[in-house]
Amino acid sequence: MKKLFALTSAIALLTSVSSAVYAGVTLDAVKKKGFIQCGVNTGVPGFAGTDDKGTWKGIDVDVCRAAAAAIFGDASKVQYTPLTAKERFTALQSGEIDILSRNTTWTLTRDTSLGLNFAGVNYYDGQGFMVKKSLGVSSAKELDGASFCIQAGTTTELNLTDYFRANNMAYTPITFDTSPETAAAFDAGRCDALTSDQSQLYALRIQLKDPEGAVVLPEIISKEPLGPVVRQGDDEWFNIVRWSLYAMINAEELGVSSANIDELAASTKDPNILRLLGQEGIKGKGMGLEDNWAVNIIKQVGNYGEIFERNVGQDSPLKIARGINALWNKGGIQYAPPIR
Amino acid sequence: MIKNNGFLPALPPPSTSVGVIGWLRQNLFPSPLNTVLTILAIYLIYLVTVPTVSWVFLNADWVGESRNACTSGGACWVFVAARFDLFMYGFYPESEYWRINLAFAILALLLVLLNIRQVPRRGWLAAFTLIGYPVVAFYLFSGGLFGLDEVETSRWGGLSLTLVLSGVGIVASLPIGIVLALGRNSQMPIVKAVSIVFIEFWRGVPLITVLFMSSVMLPLFLPEGTSFDKLLRAMIGIVLFESAYMAEVVRGGLAAIPRGQYEAAKALGLNYWKSMVLIILPQALKLVIPGIVNTFIALFKDTTLVLIIGLFDLLTTIEAGFKDSNWLGYAVEGYVFAALIYWIFCFSMSRYSQNLERKLHTGHAR
Repeated sequence: MKKLFALTSAIALLTSVSSAVYAGVTLDAVKKKGFIQCGVNTGVPGFAGTDDKGTWKGIDVDVCRAAAAAIFGDASKVQYTPLTAKERFTALQSGEIDILSRNTTWTLTRDTSLGLNFAGVNYYDGQGFMVKKSLGVSSAKELDGASFCIQAGTTTELNLTDYFRANNMAYTPITFDTSPETAAAFDAGRCDALTSDQSQLYALRIQLKDPEGAVVLPEIISKEPLGPVVRQGDDEWFNIVRWSLYAMINAEELGVSSANIDELAASTKDPNILRLLGQEGIKGKGMGLEDNWAVNIIKQVGNYGEIFERNVGQDSPLKIARGINALWNKGGIQYAPPIR
Repeated sequence: MIKNNGFLPALPPPSTSVGVIGWLRQNLFPSPLNTVLTILAIYLIYLVTVPTVSWVFLNADWVGESRNACTSGGACWVFVAARFDLFMYGFYPESEYWRINLAFAILALLLVLLNIRQVPRRGWLAAFTLIGYPVVAFYLFSGGLFGLDEVETSRWGGLSLTLVLSGVGIVASLPIGIVLALGRNSQMPIVKAVSIVFIEFWRGVPLITVLFMSSVMLPLFLPEGTSFDKLLRAMIGIVLFESAYMAEVVRGGLAAIPRGQYEAAKALGLNYWKSMVLIILPQALKLVIPGIVNTFIALFKDTTLVLIIGLFDLLTTIEAGFKDSNWLGYAVEGYVFAALIYWIFCFSMSRYSQNLERKLHTGHAR
């Protein structure tokens, strides 16, 4: 596997040398074919998946839909390529897809050695803890001496060791081979706590015999910023994807949602909102888009808060708390540069 | 009073040695050890059957719209029912389902006709099924001509994709396999060497590697911007892989034909191809029907490996189903449904092969 990785990275490096040729071509190509080819996960609850009718839904899917709304004024002009973890970067490098929005963690290695660029963060994930409510624990700091169900040989295990060492606490590991086994053991009461990425914990929680009896603790002990990725070297395309995401975050901050946008567009005097809606200021010029690009995004896809609640938050079965994904002025770290 | 020369009429055998009771005594309770084993086995069957039946049928939920309908604690077949279209047709547009249905209806009709002896010109019909039908089916599936809307292969999925993958694999791998087997038995050194290298190479690598290479490495070697249909890449990989296996099965059949048959063919003045097509292959292929069908069944199930390259075959579609946050946790129902579908197809293939063996039986079986 390591060798294979080295080989793919080497090839990736080679391709990245020639990727400067891409400058500006992605948008033209996308406009010509009439849709965005979007690489998504084959299925992660709340992030990407299909409903009973086969329509793609999820917070990752909505990033692509937002870009389509900005470019075409129609969020449905997206075609999806379901990708496994191993083939995702190749698909982007080889030009098979235009955006990779597949719960991909932004790391130095990936950003600098694969010929790719991360366009932003649509979900701040991180390793967290889930405990049974009956344990009476409200913070990870109280877990001294607890037993943990963990999946053997994962970074999850290493992070856990680091965290307990740093806090001078002890724990008993009970290791399993696969994630379902680990969850089943927790359900059966073999251990006090379960640790995994927070978004996964919420998905596992639904599958417990008594979902209400378990609670996800607020602490996050590792950084897993997930975001859309584009090819390096096509700055115009990079800007469009990045600002589609920022437009949604700005919209939430300014209180503009799909429900009230028409009303606001007609009545507001707030210059920030006027700039967002393309009635003043730079509008879509710098990106080669129509002036109402952000209006289309908000109308058809929604603001960041809406897509969060709809896919993973309170309006979805997952019921993930906003936590660090709240806006910067509401206790989280979601922050977008201003549109002006 | 006795009329029949002093003999009493024979008494019927004791009721404990005939009928149901006799059969039970003979087969289930002939000795104390067997009695114990029988009771144990009955107990085990009871242990397995009762919870299974109550989970699958008695406590199961059949009707509803969402997971809220699943309250009785048994299987939640609502999940399968709600996503049934997706499991069958994948992302194929709903208004075009009739095209897939029509394609499979034609196939079913052809197969039925081929099995009725009275149908005239069955040879032509068979040739059409093998050569003409795939073209018709491809047109129905992908459209783009004569007024049918084009449906890209990325939207094919579910059971229909599984059938397309295995159908193409089956139809293409048999002829290629036969040619390779003949090549391996050939007297011509280059043909022989090429066949051996091909067979040993493709038999030596796992299918999962072939699929992985086709989807991850191949695009990197192609010029940038060209994208080569993912389904086509997977199909080529499967056909190459399976034809190597098929070649070895057919070679087994060729090896079982006595030398006299080859000599007789030569003595009749037949050239190589005529002697193969008219004399050797009909006998050899008939001998290895079980082996060929075995390979077909393995191929049918191997198509599930396309899951690692993100193609939505039946199994992947089902797995994606229970990863939807509305249906989290119904994995068992999904897998049971998948197992049932795969079993139906594999079992039919196996029955068909037995039927074929009986029909082609010419009294030479040893």
